[in-house]
Order: sequence, then structure tokens, then C-alpha cells
Amino acid sequence: MTIREIKELLNAEVCCCENPDVDILSACGSDMMSDVLAYVKHQAVLLTGLVNAQVIRTAEMMDMRCIVFVRSKKPTADMLDLACSCGIAVLSTTKRMYEACGILYAGGLKGNGEINE
Amino acid sequence: MSDALSFHYDVDGESFSSAGQASAGVKKNLRQLGIDPEIIRKVSIAMYEGEINMVIHAGGGEADITVEDNCIVIVLTDRGPGIADIDKAMEEGYSTARDNIRALGFGAGMGLPNMKRYTDEMNISSVVGEGTTITMKVFF
Repeated sequence: MTIREIKELLNAEVCCCENPDVDILSACGSDMMSDVLAYVKHQAVLLTGLVNAQVIRTAEMMDMRCIVFVRSKKPTADMLDLACSCGIAVLSTTKRMYEACGILYAGGLKGNGEINE
Repeated sequence: MSDALSFHYDVDGESFSSAGQASAGVKKNLRQLGIDPEIIRKVSIAMYEGEINMVIHAGGGEADITVEDNCIVIVLTDRGPGIADIDKAMEEGYSTARDNIRALGFGAGMGLPNMKRYTDEMNISSVVGEGTTITMKVFF
């Protein structure tokens, strides 16, 4: 699923995105960054309601391609600068975490655990 | 004379938002050396968890990364409170972090287990009241 498709499915606002055609292979929804660091792989998108610089850093360390802030959360300008410099796309959706994850899953994007196994 | 390349970073303990800068720097340096992306990923994640731990628990510290012939060695040193029970600290879910740290997305008791998960060797040396040194190796 491309970042463009994620944006459309979630009716999301694009905060920064260099290449909307980047392919995303899996997804992870969490507000605990250590859980993300423990389990995520494979060109993933991170869905989170947590807003701080460590969300971007976590995605950077994991080589993630996209972050979606749920519940209308918006990243700060500093966070966006960091994301852009790392080539990470940032979206924001009004949908809640459960809804957003469900929509992407129903759209064919697998959970990270399923891909690992 | 050794061919090993070394990088040294001071980890600022004052600012949570700037935590991760050292790990990002290491990641960039290792990329420039053309090291396998999966190795870089493991080193970056392990070091990032360590860096966050140093900021949360120890008021900062130092990180030394050495690229050896067959592995990358990460040494994290702090002069924080030390770890009283290392076996307990290695259990997933065990944490002494306060609620304000959990609200920031960390302190779930996954830091040290994650560092072990992503490295091939890990050694913790800690003295309560004096500090902690963690040495990790990721082999090529």
C-alpha cells in the first residue's frame, strides 16, 4: 500500500511527504515507543496518538517510512523538520487509533507480526 | 596499530526532546561506511534505547562506538544511580520509570530487553550509587 493510498483511506492531511508513491509493507499502532522498537520491521507505517520528538526518532531508528498521527494530533514544526530530514512522511487524521488501524487492515495492509511469521 | 574506527558522543541528560541525537549520528556514520543496513538498524535501536535510558535514569552519559573487523562495539557509560537488581531489570515489563516518562512513550520496561534483543552480546556492569556501563556487540 502506498503512502498516497494511506492518506486517501484515512482522509488524512499531509504534513510532510517527499514521495507519496513509497510502498508500505506493514503497520504498527502504538503510543509506547519501546513496543514499537521491539517488534516493528519491513518498511512500516506507525500510527500513534503520542506527539513528541521521540516518535520521529523511533521511526528513524526503525527505518520506518511514514507516521500517521491519529485523533487529530498535529506534530510540532521541530518534529516535522526532523521527519523531513529523515525522509519520513507525516500524516494526520481525525480518526481514532482503532478506526484508523481497522481501515488500513481492511484495505490490505498487514500487521507487522503477520509479516514476520 | 588497530584499524578500528571509533566514535564518541556525550549524551545530554537535560533534554528529553534531544535524546536520540547520538544514535542518529551513529546511524549516519555507519551508513557512510557502507555497513549492511540490517546491522546499522540493530546498532541504532540498541543504542537509542540505551541513550533514552541514560536520559531518563542517569542524567546523561557517554557513548563510544567502535567498528572492529568482525563486529560493532557499543559502550554506554553513565554516573547515574546504578541498577540494584540487573536480572529484574532485564525482565520485559519491569521498570522503575515514573508515570511522566510513560506519558512520553517510554518506561514500559522494554529498554534493556530490547538492547539484548538487537545485539549479539550484552554485558551490564553496575554499582549502585556510582553508575552503569553497558557493553554491546553486533557481529557482521
